[in-house]
Amino acid sequence: MIRFDYARPTEVAEAVRAGAGEHVAYLAGGTNLVDLMKENVARPLEVVDINRLPLDRIEELDGGGLRLGALATNADTAYDERVQARYPLLSSAILAGASAQLRNAATNGGNLNQRTRCYYFYDTDTPCNKRVPGQGCGAIGGVTRVHAILGTSDQCIATHPSDMCVALAALKAQVQVTGPAGDRTIAFEDYHRLPGDEPWRDNTLKAGELVTAIDLPAENFATHHTYLKLRDRLSYAFALVSVAAALRIEDGRIAEARIALGGVAHKPWRRAEAEEAIRNEPPGDKAFDTAARALLAGAKGQGDNDFKIELARRAIVRALGQAAAGTPQSHTDKRIA
Amino acid sequence: MTDAVTIDRAAATRIAPDPIARLPITLTINGERRELQVEPWTSLLDLLRDGLDLTGTKKGCDHGQCGACTVLINGKRINACLKLAVSVDGAEITTIEGLGSPGALHPLQAAFIEHDAFQCGYCTPGQICSGVGLIAEGRAKTREEVREQMSGNLCRCGAYTNIADAVLAVMEKDA
Repeated sequence: MIRFDYARPTEVAEAVRAGAGEHVAYLAGGTNLVDLMKENVARPLEVVDINRLPLDRIEELDGGGLRLGALATNADTAYDERVQARYPLLSSAILAGASAQLRNAATNGGNLNQRTRCYYFYDTDTPCNKRVPGQGCGAIGGVTRVHAILGTSDQCIATHPSDMCVALAALKAQVQVTGPAGDRTIAFEDYHRLPGDEPWRDNTLKAGELVTAIDLPAENFATHHTYLKLRDRLSYAFALVSVAAALRIEDGRIAEARIALGGVAHKPWRRAEAEEAIRNEPPGDKAFDTAARALLAGAKGQGDNDFKIELARRAIVRALGQAAAGTPQSHTDKRIA
Repeated sequence: MTDAVTIDRAAATRIAPDPIARLPITLTINGERRELQVEPWTSLLDLLRDGLDLTGTKKGCDHGQCGACTVLINGKRINACLKLAVSVDGAEITTIEGLGSPGALHPLQAAFIEHDAFQCGYCTPGQICSGVGLIAEGRAKTREEVREQMSGNLCRCGAYTNIADAVLAVMEKDA
């Protein structure tokens, strides 16, 4: 483990002041940062422990939404009665990820800010542009089973590992942030970014900014939704491909569709045109396949992960079918409904 | 948020905090209040094993992938390897040593023996702490739910069937 200075503020303003220095990392549940510090991948000079900040509540928002505190744990969020009743897609996605122990420690803000699990990012003996800019990418031309098929660049093919964020993308959540320049709100689709030529930047947070909450809008898709996760073992593994699907069906037609993919890109993958393409269509495999093809247009395999393109197409069709039927995928009975 | 560019620059000029600061923390471990001094980078797991000689909690992977280090922090099952000891200042920690004693086993410890729920035993303290946490959570009702909610504890001997039997037996007794 690397060595670092340690601060434990109790007020948000105090944390932001401490976080404004150079080479500072905020510590919440620790489930990713502590691991990365052991691996010598994250090397902050100062750790600002934010666990004493009053950001662990889940509260009603005016207009029918829900505010998830950045420090509420993934478990407390997934099992919150309001989340379970009104945002079952989110609850399902959280419970599809990690293990009970990790969900008890990991926080909502930390889930957003976790780093990729690309093996080359973790292995300091191999080059990685995300870890050391300009060093090169060990993954391209390497072992690529878990890597991205969409939105890659010639510098990085890493994926974002979260399940929770895939559901948050489909729900069009908003991220509340505070920092040296004050408070701001970031639309979920603008929070994470594609690697481009700055793959070391996972998201659009500015230096010293801190996530304080995630806001869920009133529209919750509690009737027609599913989170379908496909992985190499049935539990406690990252997604090869996952699909958060949500539909609003009126008079036998799709009034609104939301589809987000995990395990395929540097951020939860959505395309408005794929969702728009099936608006007003009757729900069925024809429409679902149209959406899948639009969402996956331009997908490119790296060799070992070529299978993900067809796997994703089939998973999208299956997930939209589950959502339309109102039969979301169980994360206990792993047979695909 | 520190990006990779600044991390890299920092690494080139890294100097350890000087002098190496030990921070005072208070933990209640297995019912006993302890005033401790810890380095900020010490994990709860290393504090328990190396600092306090509570070696019942095991270090398997040290990366949150195996569950051997599972302890109860304020009653919740958590991987001790991924918690900095300083960050749990003030908490109540229960390890396998605090659940039962040779003369008075915890019901889940007794059930592990009765159901032959271990072979080499290395994962067992973590399995038992995790199972105690699972039972307290009260969300698992079926064998399938027990298996899913125990998935954070790997057993390379493959005693999963009997581990589920032991957890289910205690759940049924409690019900």
